[in-house]
Amino acid sequence: MSLDSSDVKNIAALARLKVDENDIPAYTENLSNILDLVDKMQAVDTSNVEPLANPLDATQRLRADDVTEPNQREQLQTVAPATEAGLFLVPKVIE
Amino acid sequence: MFDKTLAELAQGLEAGEFSSTELTQSYLDQINQQDTQFNSYITVTDELALEQAKAADAARAAGNAQPLTGVPIAHKDIFCTQGVRTSCGSKMLDNFIAPYQSTVAEKFNQAGTVTLGKTNLDEFAMGSSTESSFYGATKNPWDTSRVPGGSSGGSAAAVAAKLAPAATGTDTGGSIRQPASFCGITGLKPTYGRVSRWGMIAYGSSLDQGGPMTRTAEDAALMLNVMAGFDPKDSTSMDKAVPDYTATLNNPLKGLRIGVPKEYFSDGLDAGIAAAIQAAIKQFESMGAVIKEISLPRTDLAIPSYYIIAMAEASTNLSRYDGVKFGYRCDNPENLEDMYLRTRAEGFGEEVKRRIMIGTYALSAGYYDAYYRKAQQLRRLIKDDYTQAFEQVDVIMGPTTPTQPWTLGAKENDPVSMYLEDLYTISVNLAGLPGMTIPCGLVDNLPVGLQVVGNYFDEALLLNIGHQFQLATDWHTKSAV
Repeated sequence: MSLDSSDVKNIAALARLKVDENDIPAYTENLSNILDLVDKMQAVDTSNVEPLANPLDATQRLRADDVTEPNQREQLQTVAPATEAGLFLVPKVIE
Repeated sequence: MFDKTLAELAQGLEAGEFSSTELTQSYLDQINQQDTQFNSYITVTDELALEQAKAADAARAAGNAQPLTGVPIAHKDIFCTQGVRTSCGSKMLDNFIAPYQSTVAEKFNQAGTVTLGKTNLDEFAMGSSTESSFYGATKNPWDTSRVPGGSSGGSAAAVAAKLAPAATGTDTGGSIRQPASFCGITGLKPTYGRVSRWGMIAYGSSLDQGGPMTRTAEDAALMLNVMAGFDPKDSTSMDKAVPDYTATLNNPLKGLRIGVPKEYFSDGLDAGIAAAIQAAIKQFESMGAVIKEISLPRTDLAIPSYYIIAMAEASTNLSRYDGVKFGYRCDNPENLEDMYLRTRAEGFGEEVKRRIMIGTYALSAGYYDAYYRKAQQLRRLIKDDYTQAFEQVDVIMGPTTPTQPWTLGAKENDPVSMYLEDLYTISVNLAGLPGMTIPCGLVDNLPVGLQVVGNYFDEALLLNIGHQFQLATDWHTKSAV
C-alpha cells in the first residue's frame, strides 16, 4: 500500500500536525514503508474471528455514579499555558 | 556499595551498616560524576531523595521499617511524580511538573523507597533505542558507541552502570525486556492489569504495563511486591490477590515443562545469541526441567498487528496534547487551528509524528476495517497460539532479541528495520502475558537475554525460574562498569 503526497497532507490534517512542504517526500516514503510492513495482514482470512480489544477479554469495570474527586482546579491549572479567572485561555474562536 | 543488589542494600540498612542518607548521598554523587557518559537520567531529584532518605532513617529508628524502606531507586520518566518534572522524553512535556502522583510512584513512596531521579526514554516510549528522547540518546554502559535499547533505556543503563540499584520501566512491545537484555540486567513485564497504569503516561493503552528492572530476579520480586495490585483508578486493573513474590523463589524446577517455539530460531536470529539461548535451556534441563519444542505459527503476524494497534491507540492517546491544559504551546498562535497544528508539530519529535499519522490513517473512515479491526482479529489468533501452547507447557523460552545492541544512529532513518527488532517481545504484549528477561551469556562482550514467558498471572513462577537460574549461573553478576 503506497501513499502519495496528497494522502500524507490529508492524514497530517486529520492528526492536526503541521507538516512542512519540504518534509512531505520523507514522510510519504516512511509511512508507505510502514504500510508495506503491515500489508501481510491482509493475506490472512479472519472472517470468523472476533476482534480482541483487551488481552484478557475483560470488559470495562463500572463504578457507582458518585462524586469521588475533590475540586483541584487551582492545582491542575498551575501547569496550563494560559489561564485567567479559573478559565483556560485559547485564541478567539468566535469572531 | 554500588555492587550490592536491592536485597543486599535492604539487609545492610536493616543491620545498620549504613543509613539511607549515606546510601542515597553516595548514589547521588555517583550519578553526578558518572552519568555524563551515559545520559541515563533526565532529572536527578537530589533534594527530594535526601528528604525521603531522612524520613526513611527516622522511620527505621522508630521501628517502622518495611522491606524496602530507605532503598534508593529510579523511575522511568513516564510515571507522574507529583512536584517533579515528568517529561516522557518529549519537548511537549518539558515544562510539565506533574500535579498528581502515579499509583506506582505512590506505592513506592508508601513502601519508603527513595527516588534518585527520572530516567531517560524514547519520546512517549516510542522506540527501541532511547535515541528519540528530546534529552538526547542514552548510551549502553557495555559499549557507549551502542544503544541501550528502549524505550526504558535510561532505566536499563542506570541499573547496568550502577547509578541505581533498581528502576521502574514500562513495556508496550518490549520496552522493559529489550533494554534489560541489551544492558545485561533482569526485567519483568507483568500480566496486563497486574500493575496500575494510573499516572503512567499512555502510549498503547491495551498493551502498556509497568514493571521492575533490576540486577536479579530476587530484586524484581521485591519490586513487584510493591508495584502489583488492584487499583480502582485504573479501569483495566485486575482485582486479583497479589502473592508474596519472594516466597516461591526457592521452589525446585524439577518437572517444569519448558516450551521452545521453533519459529523463534529462524533466519533472523544472530548465531551467537542462538547458541547462548540453547546453552541456557540446557542448564534448565540439567536442573530437572523438561524441554519440548512447540509452535507459535502466527509469530510473523505479530509485528503488523502490534504496530497498527499501538499506533492507533497512540494517535488517540496523544490527541490530548493540544496546547490548552498542560504542556507545550506554540508562540503567538493566529487562531485555534494554528495553535493545534503548530503546538503538535513543534512539540512532538519525528518518530512520534510518524506513529500518530499511521495510527490516524488506520482509524480513518474507509480504512478502519482493513487495518485496526484486522489487527485486532490477528491479535486474537496470536493469543490463541499461546493458549494452545500453555496446554502443553508451563513456560515458553527463547531469545529476548534477534540481534545485539546496534551502533547509535544506525537505524535512525529506517524505522521499519527498528520495528523488526521487536519480533520476540511484542506478541507477549498482544496476548497480555507476563514476560521476563534474564542475562544468559555474553557475545563479543555484549550481553544476551533469555526471555521467559508465563501464563496469565504466573509472575511468581517466572521469578522463581529466574532466581534458580541465577543461583546456578553468574551471568547476572557480569558487569558493564
